[in-house]
Amino acid sequence: MFLDLFYALRARGVPVTPTEWLTLMQALAHGLAFSDLVRLYHLARAICVKSEHLYDAYDQAWLEVFRGIETPAQIRDEILDWLKNPVLPRELSEREMAMLEAMDLETLREELEKRLAEQDGRHDGGNRWVGTGGTSPFGHGGVRPGGVRIGGPGGGGMAAQIAARRNFEAYRTDQVLDTRQIGVALRKLRRFAREGARMELDLEGTIHATARNAGEITVLERPERKSHLQVLLLMDSGGSMTPYSKLVSRLFSAASRASHFERLEACYFHNCVYEHVHRDLARWEAWAVEDLLNTLDAGAKLILVGDACMSPSELMTRWGSIDYGHQNDLAGIDWLRRLDEHFDHAVWLNPMRLPLWSHPTVQRISDIFPMFELTVDGIEQAMMHLSGQRVEPPDPPEGPVRGGGWRHPNAW
Amino acid sequence: MTDAFDLFRGTPSYIAPAALCDAVNVAVALGRPLLVKGEPGTGKTLLAHAVAEGLGMPLIRWHVKSTTKAVDGLYVYDAISRLHDSRFGDRDVRDISHYIRIGPMGQALTATDRQVLLIDEVDKADLEFPNDLLRELDEMAFHIPETDQTHTATQRPVVIITSNNEKELPPAFLRRCIFHFIAFPEPDLMASIVGVHHPDLPDALARQCIARFYKLRQVGSLRKPPSTSELIDWIGALVAGGVPEETIRKELPFLGTLVKHEDDLGRVERAMARWKR
Repeated sequence: MFLDLFYALRARGVPVTPTEWLTLMQALAHGLAFSDLVRLYHLARAICVKSEHLYDAYDQAWLEVFRGIETPAQIRDEILDWLKNPVLPRELSEREMAMLEAMDLETLREELEKRLAEQDGRHDGGNRWVGTGGTSPFGHGGVRPGGVRIGGPGGGGMAAQIAARRNFEAYRTDQVLDTRQIGVALRKLRRFAREGARMELDLEGTIHATARNAGEITVLERPERKSHLQVLLLMDSGGSMTPYSKLVSRLFSAASRASHFERLEACYFHNCVYEHVHRDLARWEAWAVEDLLNTLDAGAKLILVGDACMSPSELMTRWGSIDYGHQNDLAGIDWLRRLDEHFDHAVWLNPMRLPLWSHPTVQRISDIFPMFELTVDGIEQAMMHLSGQRVEPPDPPEGPVRGGGWRHPNAW
Repeated sequence: MTDAFDLFRGTPSYIAPAALCDAVNVAVALGRPLLVKGEPGTGKTLLAHAVAEGLGMPLIRWHVKSTTKAVDGLYVYDAISRLHDSRFGDRDVRDISHYIRIGPMGQALTATDRQVLLIDEVDKADLEFPNDLLRELDEMAFHIPETDQTHTATQRPVVIITSNNEKELPPAFLRRCIFHFIAFPEPDLMASIVGVHHPDLPDALARQCIARFYKLRQVGSLRKPPSTSELIDWIGALVAGGVPEETIRKELPFLGTLVKHEDDLGRVERAMARWKR
């Protein structure tokens, strides 16, 4: 059962590695968390969880695994059982196996049992475990070194109660989005490079080379270090996007504040991209997509933002544009394909949550562009994708694809 | 819990909640670095001082800047002095070891007794900085190619690393750390923290200040909400200025110690006008 925590954490996206799990075992071997469950809760969190954003996921995993565990004795027995017959996480590497062998489980178990016996005898002398005999688990931590102890209910249920409070929900990154968080996520794209002609005096290098050369002056030069990052941000300004306008404007302000882009172009489109995009929200100032493709080279990163929900004809057919009086000779989907062909790296950010992605046009567009949710996690993954790392976009759910059955989630 | 493990319980001037003590003690017992994150002003750097004091070990500080390189913490080869000396013949330039200066981390690793090493604001440095320290933190040893010497720590130092979340830290680095996030203190804990810093403060006044402080933190969209250290300074100012309790109930004297941003001052004043109504 104890190993369940490992898998429960993994299932909730906490990237616990077997190495960390073994570290936890090592810590337990030092006799660290046997006096109460609250300590085990802290201990496992300190070792396995490396970001406050994942604290909430940890709380949930903890609840799932330890709900109903009333006494620390139960968990102690679990761990003793485990040590007698260690079932390991399946994905142990050779190095980790070697680490585990070096831990010598047999001596570890003996020492543990000895320690347990000692503690049992010293405190309650009975069947109750140290730390639960009426004192609060908080009392152990020395909240006030002067000796003031905070009272409270004793017993092993405390840890589950702490977890159940879910104090860290606000730190989740798959929900919260503010400009700063987006800014941090956008920084994932940062890539400085020294390219081109040697033009800058490398002062430090020159000094060192000279010194190393016993005083003969040796001049070093190097190319300037600068960012070559060009970003094209295309945002849907259609009516169905209104509920997400705040979100999109936060993305926009974070992107325009980001100092590490050499060039940022932000344009708007209405539901789908056709011959023109617009430089302003009111769609007065048009910019021909042909032109745009000529000015930005293939290395520029394309980020499309939109709910990708439209009438299938807007996407699939000639003259399908929603704008009255606009006759597009090339279907929207062909324009999207051209964009995709032109740019080496492109992503689509969708402000709708993943379960709503069953709309047919969402499905068609996500076949062309890797589509990510407009959340901190989603943006981070999208940025990783843009910088050339392999990231699998989430799978949109299969939906009622038959015509007419689907309404936009925001439609009244 | 054995006492051998339960080494750190906070100090008279630093109140550490149970979760934080546990994290410190795990890091000490396993000889792993402890990575501490949290809002500015929640006492990340102070923790290292408290751990050093609580465990009775000397503290070595390494403040990381944007230009800091990992090797700087281990040692610096002062080639310029050597060049200078070779020209003017002050010292024996044949022996490079005269020109090797051991950095803060190098000091912690070469010391004969156990040290507490604070690596402050690790996220300020270049993205590769933490990765460059992996081997040294794992093995607690470093090599100086110039003199071909390897120094291995006889006592693994207690390493405390703080981060303000300005940059993501690499997964390989995180895997080796024990992690703790210092959450913003609840009012009860805050009361005891205030008690430690201002022991003579009357209870009623302390309660009033803390209530005002938490109300202030709730003012929406402050750029920099005031933190623990600012509350302590503010109370210090109130005590020094002899401000009576009733005044604090009605207004916020010395607001500048709490709120540091121009826009925030405006927001707070508008909020206060609403409270009065």
